[in-house]
Amino acid sequence: MAEVLVVVEHSGGAAKKITSELLTAARALGEPSAVVFGAAGDADKLKDTLGEYGAQKIYAAESADVTDYLVAPRAEVLAGLVKQASPAAVLLASTTDGKEIAGRLAVKIESGFLTGVTELAADGTATQVVFAGAVIVKSKVTKGTPILTIATNAVTAEPAAATPSVEAVEVSVSDAAKKAKVADRVSEKKSSRPELTEASIVVSGGRGVGSAENFALIEGLADSLGAAVGASRAAVDSDFYPPPHQFQVGQTGKTVSPNLYVAVGISGAIQHRAGMQTSKTIVAINKDEEAPIFELADFGVVGDLFKVVPQATEAINARKG
Amino acid sequence: MNIVVLVKQVPDSGLERNLRQDDKTVDRDAGNLVIGELDEYAIEEALKLKEAHGGEVTVLTVGPEKATETIRKALSMGPDKAVHVSDPAIHGSDTVATSAIIAAALGKLEYDLVIAGAESTDGQTGALPAMLSERLGIAQLTGARKLTVDGDKLTTIERQTDDGYEVIEATTPAIVSVWDTINEPRYPSFKGIMQAKKKPVETYSLSDLGVSADQVGLDSAWSEVLEFSGRPPKGAGVKVPDEGDGGSKLVEFLATQKIV
Repeated sequence: MAEVLVVVEHSGGAAKKITSELLTAARALGEPSAVVFGAAGDADKLKDTLGEYGAQKIYAAESADVTDYLVAPRAEVLAGLVKQASPAAVLLASTTDGKEIAGRLAVKIESGFLTGVTELAADGTATQVVFAGAVIVKSKVTKGTPILTIATNAVTAEPAAATPSVEAVEVSVSDAAKKAKVADRVSEKKSSRPELTEASIVVSGGRGVGSAENFALIEGLADSLGAAVGASRAAVDSDFYPPPHQFQVGQTGKTVSPNLYVAVGISGAIQHRAGMQTSKTIVAINKDEEAPIFELADFGVVGDLFKVVPQATEAINARKG
Repeated sequence: MNIVVLVKQVPDSGLERNLRQDDKTVDRDAGNLVIGELDEYAIEEALKLKEAHGGEVTVLTVGPEKATETIRKALSMGPDKAVHVSDPAIHGSDTVATSAIIAAALGKLEYDLVIAGAESTDGQTGALPAMLSERLGIAQLTGARKLTVDGDKLTTIERQTDDGYEVIEATTPAIVSVWDTINEPRYPSFKGIMQAKKKPVETYSLSDLGVSADQVGLDSAWSEVLEFSGRPPKGAGVKVPDEGDGGSKLVEFLATQKIV
C-alpha cells in the first residue's frame, strides 16, 4: 500500500487533536507516514500518539531551519519527501499554515490541492462545505499527488495501533525559503479553556451580551460545560472579548464544528453562521424570537439571556454536584 | 514605496450563493457582485503606507469585464491606478492557474510590497498569497493583524495564530496578506468616487502576459468539482419562550442529547 504523508500538528511535541483526525483520514487512502516538523526530540515525544492512530513511519524533520522561518521551508522539505516516497496523497490540517504549505507545495510539485476538506473517500473524493455552509461540494484532484487540507473536528479520530519507525530527514533549506523569519512567538492565551477550533463544546456571546464585563456570564456557562468561549463579530467589534481574532467565530474569524454550539445573544447573521453552521448540535438563547439563529437551532430559548444563562449554568453545575 | 494591492470581485457573502449548474464554477450572475471584504483592508493598509512613505498604489485584479466595477470601487478609496487582467480563457481557473496569471502580471509592475486579503470570501482557499511568494521568490508576510515598515526595506508583521501572534520579519520586496483586524477601511469620498472614473486602468490579456491559454481555465484545472448540492436544511428545532424556567429546559435538552 502506498504511503500517505501526514503533516503533524503539534505544540512542542504534544500532538494537537487534528493530528489523530488526519491520521484517521489518511488510512482511507493508504499507510500513514507522519511528518514531524519541529525541534530535536519532538518526533520521539510524538511517537506513541502517532502510532496509536496508525502511523507506520515517522519522518522527523527537526531543525531550526524549519522552525525559524515561515511556511516555505516546510513546503520545501515536503516536496523532497514526495519525490522520495511517491505518496498517494499529502494531508495537512486546514489551518493558516497548513493551507499555505499546501499552496506552495502544489506549485512546487505541480499537483492539485483542495482545502477545508470535511470528508475523504477511499477513491480520493473530497467533500467541502462552501458559501457559509450553504453548499456541499465533492471534488477530486486530477493532477499529480493530491494535496488535501482537512478541517478540524470533521473526521472522527479512530485508533489503529501501529509501531512506527522513525526516519530522520536531512533538512537542507534553500536561502530562497528563508526570507520570512519568525522573530518571536507570543501567546495571548488568557485561560486554560480549550482552543476554539478544537473544542467539542463552544459557548459564544454576541452583541446582546452588552459589555465586556457581562462576558463573565458566557465564561461561566462555558466553564460549566468545559467549553471554549467564542464571540460574534459584533461582539469583538465592540471590544467585548479581545483580542478579536482569537475568539471571533465567523466568515472572517474562525470556523468551528463542535458537538455543541451555544449561541448567546447572537442574531445569526451570515457572517456568523459561516463560522458555526456545521456544528452538530446548536442551542440558541435570544430575546428576539425572529432572530435567524433560531432557524439553525436544535433548541432555542426566547428570553432574557441575563436570566436564562445563570439558571442554565447553575443547573449544569448542580448536575455535576 | 510602490505597492500593488490585489482585489477580487466576489458574490456578496450576505446573499445566497451557489455554483453554476452547467460548469460547476462560482455563479457570478446571480446576486450582487462586490469587492472582496478583506480587499478593502488591504487597500487601506496600502494607502496608509503611501501617506507615510510616498510612492504609488496600483490595484490589480483578474476577472471578467464586469470586474471593472470592482476596480472603480477600489480606486474610489484612493489608489492611483489599476491593472485589469481579463481574458475569456481564464474562466474556471483554479488557484494554481490564477496564481500563475497574477505572478505574470506582477512581473510587469514595479513594487516593493504586494498586499492582499488573507483569503477571499468565495473560494476561501487562503493560499494564494503564499503561492505568489513561491512563484515570485519574494518573502511571504501573511495573515497580518499589524504591519510595520522600518526604513525602506525591513518589514515586520504580527501574524495571527490560534492563541496569539508571531512576529515575522522580511525585507522587501514581499507579499503581505491582511485580516480585518489590521485597520478600519476608509469610505470613499465623493471626490474619490469622481476621481476614480478618470484614473488609468490598463488591461492585459493572457498573451500580453505571455501566459498560454491552455495552461489556465476550467479544462486545465488540477482539481475537478464532481458534484454539489445545497446543504440539507436542518430539521425544525424546538423553540420555547422563557417562562422562568428557560435555563432549566435548556439543560434538560442537553441531558437528552447526553451532553450533560
